[in-house]
Amino acid sequence: MKRNPGDAAAPSGSEVFLASGLSRRTFLKSLGTSAVTAAAMGAEQVSQGLAQANAERPVGPGAVPVTLTVNGEKKTFRLEPRVTLLEALRGEAGLTGAKEACDRATCGACTVLLDGTPVYACSMLAIEAQGAEITTIEGIAKNGELSALQKAMVDKDGLQCGYCSPGMVMVLTALLRKNPRPTEAEVRHAIAGNLCRCGSYPRIVAAARAASGQSAGTKLTFISSHDHAVA
Amino acid sequence: MPWPKETRWLGKETPRVDGPAKVTGRAKFTSDIVLPGVLHGAILRAKWPAAHVKSVNLEKARRAPGIKAAILVNEGEFEVRYAGQEIAALAGTSKQAVLDALALIEVSAEPAAFVVKELEAVKADAPQVFAGKANLTEGAAKETGEVAAAFAAAAAVAEATVSTPIQLHQPMEPHGHTVQIDGDELTAWSSTQGVFACRDSFAKSMNFPQSKVRVTCEHMGGGFGSKFNPGVEGLLCAKLAQAAGAPVKLMLTRAEEGLAVGNRPSSFQKLKLAADAEGKLTAFEIYSVGTPGFAAGANQGGGSGGASFPAPYIYKPAATRVKQGSVAVNAGQSCAFRAPGHPVASVGMEAVLDELAVKLGVDPVEIRIKNDPHEIRRKEYALGAEKFGWKEKYRKPGASPGPVKTGVGVAGAAWMSGGRGTQAEIQVNADGTVEVRVGTQDLGTGSRTVVQVVAAEMLGLDRDRITVRIGDSRFPPSGSSGGSQTTAAVSPAIFDACENVLAELKKVSGLDDPRGANWKAACAKLGSAPLQVRGKWREGLSTGGAGGVQFAEVGVDTDMGAVKVKKVLVVQDCGLVVNKLTCESQINGGVIMGLGYALYEQRVMDARTGFVLNPTLENYKLPGAADLPEIQIMLLDMPERGVIGVGEPCTVPTASAIANAVANALGVRVPDLPLTPDRVLAALGKVPKGATGTAARPDATAGAFAAVAAAPEAEWVESNGGCHSYT
Repeated sequence: MKRNPGDAAAPSGSEVFLASGLSRRTFLKSLGTSAVTAAAMGAEQVSQGLAQANAERPVGPGAVPVTLTVNGEKKTFRLEPRVTLLEALRGEAGLTGAKEACDRATCGACTVLLDGTPVYACSMLAIEAQGAEITTIEGIAKNGELSALQKAMVDKDGLQCGYCSPGMVMVLTALLRKNPRPTEAEVRHAIAGNLCRCGSYPRIVAAARAASGQSAGTKLTFISSHDHAVA
Repeated sequence: MPWPKETRWLGKETPRVDGPAKVTGRAKFTSDIVLPGVLHGAILRAKWPAAHVKSVNLEKARRAPGIKAAILVNEGEFEVRYAGQEIAALAGTSKQAVLDALALIEVSAEPAAFVVKELEAVKADAPQVFAGKANLTEGAAKETGEVAAAFAAAAAVAEATVSTPIQLHQPMEPHGHTVQIDGDELTAWSSTQGVFACRDSFAKSMNFPQSKVRVTCEHMGGGFGSKFNPGVEGLLCAKLAQAAGAPVKLMLTRAEEGLAVGNRPSSFQKLKLAADAEGKLTAFEIYSVGTPGFAAGANQGGGSGGASFPAPYIYKPAATRVKQGSVAVNAGQSCAFRAPGHPVASVGMEAVLDELAVKLGVDPVEIRIKNDPHEIRRKEYALGAEKFGWKEKYRKPGASPGPVKTGVGVAGAAWMSGGRGTQAEIQVNADGTVEVRVGTQDLGTGSRTVVQVVAAEMLGLDRDRITVRIGDSRFPPSGSSGGSQTTAAVSPAIFDACENVLAELKKVSGLDDPRGANWKAACAKLGSAPLQVRGKWREGLSTGGAGGVQFAEVGVDTDMGAVKVKKVLVVQDCGLVVNKLTCESQINGGVIMGLGYALYEQRVMDARTGFVLNPTLENYKLPGAADLPEIQIMLLDMPERGVIGVGEPCTVPTASAIANAVANALGVRVPDLPLTPDRVLAALGKVPKGATGTAARPDATAGAFAAVAAAPEAEWVESNGGCHSYT
């Protein structure tokens, strides 16, 4: 789900209203969707409306107050509107669990949940995330107690260097909430937007399966020296 | 081997000790370090593949809002040799401020002619990367036996021409550092494979005494050979910190990772292999050329600078002729990359070996068992073939029916491993807790857990009694983590330190065996002064020489050109396994990285602009979860050999086995890696052999091989130990 900053829940500041009560967004939207409306408004009115809309500087470029609800806590920061959600979380909120690895929505290391849905925090502006419940990796373990998935990630070794792990945990947490007993294909599909250069995917899949009470399986065969000596 | 036979921790499945920190986001990687007042650093890079820079003006950038330091990489005029070369660096109060100010740096430069493609760069009239110097370096040559006579007398001779791409490391955590200079002390938080190597490098380039430089690396997000030194970015970070009088953090962007931090050199290989009627290899010949980037680069294991590789790989025919050249192009420099030289060497050797087996009518597994000089690998071929069902699955090349053809392939790996020189320190406290300190680092290989497993085993304790502290140049020295040497270098030092601890505790406590149930009582006797004991690596606990073989099964869609790897079977030896769980993870990772090398990964240079077209991860394709084959691993347990590292051998033969399986499926070889759909279709004659299919077109490669053959001969230098040699 992609939140619309024009939603009622969004605080003022993320959206600017024109004097007529018509918001810039809805005004422009009506222009785009209905040529009839535009024609009816008359060319002069349109140009006036446009001039007014363009004259408005919604926010920035200087720092503006931005309020984020992170792991159940409301925090207000002063941020330039171009600051991404990931930069705000890591730099301002001190939550460095989500990682910056590609900074353009390809690797998933920055994944956080926005109202329960995984999003790439590197490719969303912090001001866009206002009004949503943001959950980061730091909000998954309750009182220091690992979730079943986190525990399985450790026990099944669903990680190597660990840089992708926070993102992997976030997408799989969202998956397991929606689908408590995913098949192997469903787990693979869920992590398809998350890259792991160490190649831990087989064990990550095993962890997700184990966390949902299913057989994780292992393909390791250990051959003792006696056995292969006679082979 | 003095390792215990009955074990509680050693050789079991031990979850990694830093797992909980990593899955909760608590683990602080280098990129997560935040110091009070830290500035953001960034680098201005050349936008020309070749240029003469006359001046760089930092004044406007220096005066921009939030900018605290602006420095030049070169004083005066200088040459740019690749797009992405460092020109200047800034530090400022925010990322946004620095990005704004980078645009204000004025560079006056005269663009120059450039060349980015290997097969163009070898031509006599190509633009020279270094003016006045031929792009093609002298060819390292090695000749043994009577080559011409051996080929003439052979029962069968096979030929193959193949190419391998430039592979990028692309670790998930980009390269970077935070550096703080406080008075006469320099402290660096580095994402590195070697805290001591970084310490020495910072000390030298910043002119600090080594005793005043500290490098730490608590957690790091992968390196794969590309993070042995601070790099240009590390030194710029330190200089910015010095200029600004404040700590500076400088992490590279993903695009910079694709330009300037190293890569695996490319290769074009023309091979010839002969055997007698019994299938014994008698003669081998190779001409090869590849690029290590704009300069010669570090030796990759063969004899000729940056783009050479071991040849003949694994096999030892009596008559061999080897000539390898490296060609400079206007692109970023190569460096070590997981098993330097070996995957490249394997692709050519295993290809021509399969072609020869087909000519002789011999089974590919049989010809390997017949000729491989390594006893363990011969055993692995036999074990693996049985487990894989090779006899039932192997068909004559191209014999698979239908539009989606299946095929199987096999290949071997050699790796020296080994490792020595580590020291460790153990502190035992009166409450019975133990701290082990060693200046190694954990790249994700599980070395932190290895330290804990060995200590818990030797002291007879629960693992949670033992705190492991690593990744700090103030701890007892350990070498860089490379060459699959960390486990074999570190484990014996911990073993030795534990023996010394037990001897001391015995003296202090008067107890005959202070381990296990006696531990608490023995430690209580220590009083207020903790026991501190050192240990160091010693002979007889670890060794080198890991072999491994892999079998691959693929399906190839002959209409669409897509290759799907269905299954990879790994048979690997690594002596005494310290931790089965992390060992298996490393092998999975090696296979998946090899799969990327086989099917997806290649740095693409644009001949017209001289730019890397795909430095970022949306265009540089890494294997993802959807691409996984079934990976089956058989570990040969040989505790009598001691500890041997496994991180590199497990990635060597994957691409070769896959390429051989594709050739087996199609009945025709796709000569260029990666095996992309266009190349598969070109090999089948369904689309023209385009510019990408260079090894497929003799007219494209002939000039390069002729140039290597004609190049003046340089002496072949056998690599001596270290991570580049092999058995």
